[in-house]
Order: sequence, then structure tokens, then C-alpha cells
Amino acid sequence: MANDVKPRVRVPKSAKAGESIVLKTLISHPMETGLRKDSSGAVIPRAIINRFTCEVAGKMVLDMTLEPAISTNPYIEFEAVIEEAGDIKFTWYDDDGSVYEDVKPITIA
Amino acid sequence: MQPRTIRNVLAASVALGLAVTGMASADPVDDELIIDGDLKIVTQAPAPEHLQDVMDTIWSGWHFREDDTRAMQMDDFDNPGMIFVDRGLDRWNASMGTEDKSCASCHEGPESMKGLRAVTPRVDEATGKVMSIEDYVNDCVTTRMGAEALGMTSAPMKDLLALISMQSRGEIVNVAIDGPAAPFWEQGKEMYYTRYGQLEMSCANCHEDNYGLNIRSDHLSQGQINGFPVYRLKDAGLVTARQRFVGCVRDTRAETFGSGSDEFKALELYVASRGNGLAVEGVSVRH
Repeated sequence: MANDVKPRVRVPKSAKAGESIVLKTLISHPMETGLRKDSSGAVIPRAIINRFTCEVAGKMVLDMTLEPAISTNPYIEFEAVIEEAGDIKFTWYDDDGSVYEDVKPITIA
Repeated sequence: MQPRTIRNVLAASVALGLAVTGMASADPVDDELIIDGDLKIVTQAPAPEHLQDVMDTIWSGWHFREDDTRAMQMDDFDNPGMIFVDRGLDRWNASMGTEDKSCASCHEGPESMKGLRAVTPRVDEATGKVMSIEDYVNDCVTTRMGAEALGMTSAPMKDLLALISMQSRGEIVNVAIDGPAAPFWEQGKEMYYTRYGQLEMSCANCHEDNYGLNIRSDHLSQGQINGFPVYRLKDAGLVTARQRFVGCVRDTRAETFGSGSDEFKALELYVASRGNGLAVEGVSVRH
């Protein structure tokens, strides 16, 4: 499934220094819990995104652990205070070792 | 004494009923679908001519959903279906098959597909067959790209369908029902009014006779397909019109037709024509 994974983020183009902005992220991922069985009774192995991080201009603002109960296509929305212009980097870590990234620049208005 | 009490209660509930049904029968919600604050989508329209004996107004299924579900479709980021559109674009540009061609090799950008969703299914002049977007995709994949046909409801097919459908968002559905389409349209209409399954229910029993009412906890819509493919919150994934047909017929406890069957192609043509006048929603959100 790993090649079907596609992240999507929404970041405002600019913010005032010190302003708190809303960041929205969505990633397509099956988030297989590891608790389900297939039709032959075999356990379907767990395959989830287990960690999500967000860095603003090189500074970590969010480091989140995801658990198996989180839904398919996880949507994560949060706020961050923007002090300076730079890149906002979002990173998702998959159980299978894959890492998905998206980077959006933000300027200070 | 007791019979009178019951009669009184009945009388009281009949009197109240008039007032209550206004809310409980839950007519389509009066609301406007405006996406990202600037793209207005036509979600209610006068019924097309062939439907005028049975209904006055056609409503997109969007009007029958809860406030928060409707709100998700009003913002392209909150609409989880858009991620499949993004994936569709990746697939559009990726080559496959022995010819080493991608969709983009011949068609360039997906914008070249603008308008297609609004006029399909349609009858192909060369072959005389009913073609919807899935059929066109598989025609290209097998005859021009030298690859195996995509599964009718496979992830790559649905991603491409979402991408192609989005190019016509806002355009008014106008499916041809005359000329070469007429026999297929008649076949679809026949199916629409045929009772299937152990429950002996036709499409019309729910979506024409009883839309606006609740079937258990579900608010019955008119069964319009202008919003397809839809992102169903229940499935956390895209659902195509053909898939929905399979689901509906299965729910009548019938053996269903296949998602690629000629029967469902005809039905899709007929059901699409019932929405002539509504806008293509690209990728919609339903529960």
C-alpha cells in the first residue's frame, strides 16, 4: 500500500509574526490495526502511521504518536505560532519504514 | 373508558402530526453549496422533462445529509475525496503497459477531460456501446497503452475517475437519452421500476416514492448520481455509482449484477438522466 500513500496539507501563505495559524493535514493511508483477520482467519498485519511531526523553520512544534485506533486517512489539524518566515515541514512515519514528507513555505506579512 | 382515551390520544397526535411532520419528514435541507466561498454548485433544479409527471424538483443528495457532512464538501481541504484526485493526477502522469505511455502522453493535462463527466454515460458512435468514464479509461488502457484492464472498482480506476470527474465540476449534467441512447435508456428505466430481491424493492420505491423520509436512520435522497464518485465517511473511501448500485441491489437481498455489467451501464445512463439539470460535484462527501 505504501505507494498509494499521498499526503495533503493546507498552510496559509503568510502570517503576522507571533500569530497563531491553523495547519490542516490529511494523508491517505489504510491504518490497518493488526487486530483484523482475513477471510481465511489469518491476522492482517498491523500497518499504520505511527508518528507525525511538524517543524516550523527548523523548530519542532508537534511530535505526535499515532495508535492503531486512529481512522483510515488520518486528518490532523492543529495550531502553531509563527515567529519567522521559513519552511513548514510535515513528516509521517510508516510502520514499514517509509517516511512521507511535505514542505510548504510561509512568509511574514 | 379505555377506547375513548386511545381515541383522544390518536386525535391529539394527528393534530400534532401536522406540525411535527414538517420537521420529522425532513424535506431536503434548504441550503446552498458554495465551495471555497466562490464556486456555486447547482444542487436543485426543475425536473427534466421525462420526470415531470413524478416530481417537480430534483435535488442533489447533498441536501439530504447532516450539517457537518454538507460543510465538509464546502471546503476542498475538508473534503477527503480530494486526496484521491491528487492520487489520480499521479496516475495520470505515470506510464503503464507495454507501450510505455501515460494518460498524459496523448491527452496532456487532465483539463482535456473537461465536460466529459457531464455527458456520460453516452453511446459511443463507433461501437454502439454505452460508455461511462470507467469504460473509456479501460479502452485506453487496453488498446492504446498495452496494459491489463483496471478493475472496475479498483483504487487506480477510482483515482482516475475522481480526477476526470473534477474537471467538470460545476457543469450541468446533460446526458443524451434519445437517438442511439434510447434503447439503453428504456432498459435502464425498466430496471429502475423493477422490484428486485427478497424484499421486492425497486429503486423507485425509495428514491422516487419516499425521498425525504427516513428509512431507519437514513434520510432517503432521490438517488441522484451527479455527486459521484463520493467519499463515503462510512467506508473512509471513494464509492462509484456502479458500486452504489451493487450495494443498493444487494440491500434488497437480491443477487446483484456485476459493477461492469451491461445492465448497470443502462441503469447508470437512466439514473444520470434523472439528474439532467444538476451540476457535477466532482468528488462529493456523503455519510
